[in-house]
Amino acid sequence: MSKEPVAVVGIGQTKHVAARRDVSIAGLVREAAVRALDDAELTWADIDAVVIGKAPDFFEGVMMPELYLADALGAVGKPMLRVHTAGSVGGSTALVAANLVAARVHSTVLTLAFEKQSESNAMWGLSLPIPFQQPLLAGAGGFFAPHVRAYMRRTGAPDTVGSLVAYKDRRNALKNPYAHLHEHDITLEKVQASPMLWDPIRYSETCPSSDGACAMVLTDRAGAARAPRPPAWMLGGAMRSEPTLFAGKDAVSPQAGKDCAADVYRQAGIADPRRDIDAVEMYVPFSWYEPMWLENLGFADEGEGWKLTEAGVTELDGDLPVNMSGGVLSTNPIGASGMIRFAEAALQARGQAGEHQVEGARRVLGHAYGGGSQFFSMWLVGSEPPDA
Amino acid sequence: MTSDAAPEPRDIAVVAFAQSDTLRSTAEVSEVEMLMPVLHDVIAQTGLKTADIGFTCSGSCDYLAGRAFSFTLALDGVGAWPPISESHVEMDGAWALYEAWTKLLSGDADTALVYAYGKSSPGSLRDVLTRQLDPYYVAPLWPDSVALAALQAQALIDAGATDEPELAAIGARSRATDNPRAQLKGPVPQGDYLVRPLRTGDCPPVGDGAAAVVLAAGERARELCERPAWIRGIDHRIEAHSLGVRDLTDSPSTRLAAERAGAFERPVDTAELHASFTSQEVVLRKALRLGDEVAVNPSGGALAANPMMAAGLARIGEAAARIHRGESDRALAHATSGPCLQQNLVAVLEGDPR
Repeated sequence: MSKEPVAVVGIGQTKHVAARRDVSIAGLVREAAVRALDDAELTWADIDAVVIGKAPDFFEGVMMPELYLADALGAVGKPMLRVHTAGSVGGSTALVAANLVAARVHSTVLTLAFEKQSESNAMWGLSLPIPFQQPLLAGAGGFFAPHVRAYMRRTGAPDTVGSLVAYKDRRNALKNPYAHLHEHDITLEKVQASPMLWDPIRYSETCPSSDGACAMVLTDRAGAARAPRPPAWMLGGAMRSEPTLFAGKDAVSPQAGKDCAADVYRQAGIADPRRDIDAVEMYVPFSWYEPMWLENLGFADEGEGWKLTEAGVTELDGDLPVNMSGGVLSTNPIGASGMIRFAEAALQARGQAGEHQVEGARRVLGHAYGGGSQFFSMWLVGSEPPDA
Repeated sequence: MTSDAAPEPRDIAVVAFAQSDTLRSTAEVSEVEMLMPVLHDVIAQTGLKTADIGFTCSGSCDYLAGRAFSFTLALDGVGAWPPISESHVEMDGAWALYEAWTKLLSGDADTALVYAYGKSSPGSLRDVLTRQLDPYYVAPLWPDSVALAALQAQALIDAGATDEPELAAIGARSRATDNPRAQLKGPVPQGDYLVRPLRTGDCPPVGDGAAAVVLAAGERARELCERPAWIRGIDHRIEAHSLGVRDLTDSPSTRLAAERAGAFERPVDTAELHASFTSQEVVLRKALRLGDEVAVNPSGGALAANPMMAAGLARIGEAAARIHRGESDRALAHATSGPCLQQNLVAVLEGDPR
């Protein structure tokens, strides 16, 4: 079986903010979609299908919003799929869309993910108790803090590493016009002095709640040949899932994440990710997840991830830049966050990332995860097409 | 088509189908407990183990469970260890099958498990479904699913496309099924008006249930099933959301999906339609050009059992099962989503020539 190569030829984002009270949900998604189409210099008529993703419907209080959004996304008369894989959904949505092209079912697909958190309350949406289930009354932070603590215990990482990540990502965000948090007066001391929320996670080491959308136009080889700007080529993509809670689960470095990365590297012919990959957009909603995922994704040996962070390797001008855009720590429209990682990776591979561009980035990883660290989706994109 | 010709697509088939009983209330079991026997059943039919499945995809909806991320719990029931390649659509399972079909087409997997489930019993389904309407202009008015279907039925009657006796006959025929999984069967009174012109007999029962299928590609399908139901085509299309801009007596999205799926290339002998209301069967029969010679909904269809999120997948499963049993050679299956048939999927299934 030979698959059709998949190219990213259009990318659009909204300026992410705490509350977009000036637009409806439809207005928000349309803004990102139009920007992606403009980037690709295509019109709605060029789109064969729409694949949309978002995190739980409870976040906006709209059940199956793709039905209502069909008109706003030019989907009338076309196939429209709605993906939901928890926090990894933005990445999964892009992969489902890419597969439509790879399988030669469609030539050109619009994919979009969004969250308009201001319409409701995500903490509430995440904390609905149901009988015979562990209640998650403290939102995501309460769930993940113990795993961060386990990582610190396991690796002996000094408790300063988390603040370094937050300080870096918030500075990177200043170079990204679409990022939500633009903290011009950010200092490392301010991060370290911020209130403790879920020990060891401080206020400034957590992601904001954002309204925002991200869209991409994916197309086949023929579509890429017509693209006005350099495309990013998908070199590998995979999803992996494992159960939420069971005795054998390693919540610090889940097997599903390792397997997912291994599958992507195999597809892309990556032997040594640390050497062969130029930059990474990874899903880091709480700062400590940078060193944790560095290990899980094979960029560092077990217990060594924090040393890369501490040595400045993951800085924008480091040897392996991570979250050049400012990452989830600076922008978190939950359902869109995964797709933003994928899209920012593609922007880098296209050389279109502006002030936060990594010079000479040729192979870039986009990463997303969700649920209780149980759903993973990743893609590796490059500036050159995959070998025929 | 570009100059470098694309290779022939792979043949993919439904090789197994299982479903639960559809029940008015399943308060004694969780969603996962409702789903588990169905998963065991469908896997056992093929002799596969969970670890042998190349891709898993499910369809469900948080709003029925009343809880965010409700599908994550079902994954535990699948036994996703070692980790599996898996995805989920917040749609009817028929669309999960579509995603799995494209995954197999791309060659990434040779087999796929597709499942879907929904419990309507914890809430008031008519109220819950209002939450899928335009959240700013329509949902605040709480127009319920039966009222919207009644608008469509009245439009059909006004257009002379049907009348109440014909609708009653559709209801009676649907429930005259020997499907042991059906919730409503046998002589069911047409009942009083629920929302004019629809009587209770024109409306689906509210029920809880689950369904699952296994897909396989090429020779793998022949190994797993004596008479695979080959998917000759599958396509889905969506229409505008607002009822005011649609002709409710027609279903252009169904027609287009059927065309793209190749449904009109040769006649079908069976059609499993996801028509939740008698009046919707009238619309679908016209869009799909189904004559009286076609066996429509021998399973009873959604009028006999309508588990939300699983009913569409069950239509594909029921059509495939008829091919497996040698009762059909070419069958059409249809699934729908949204108010008044807003989004429609059509699959065409064939058995090997006999």
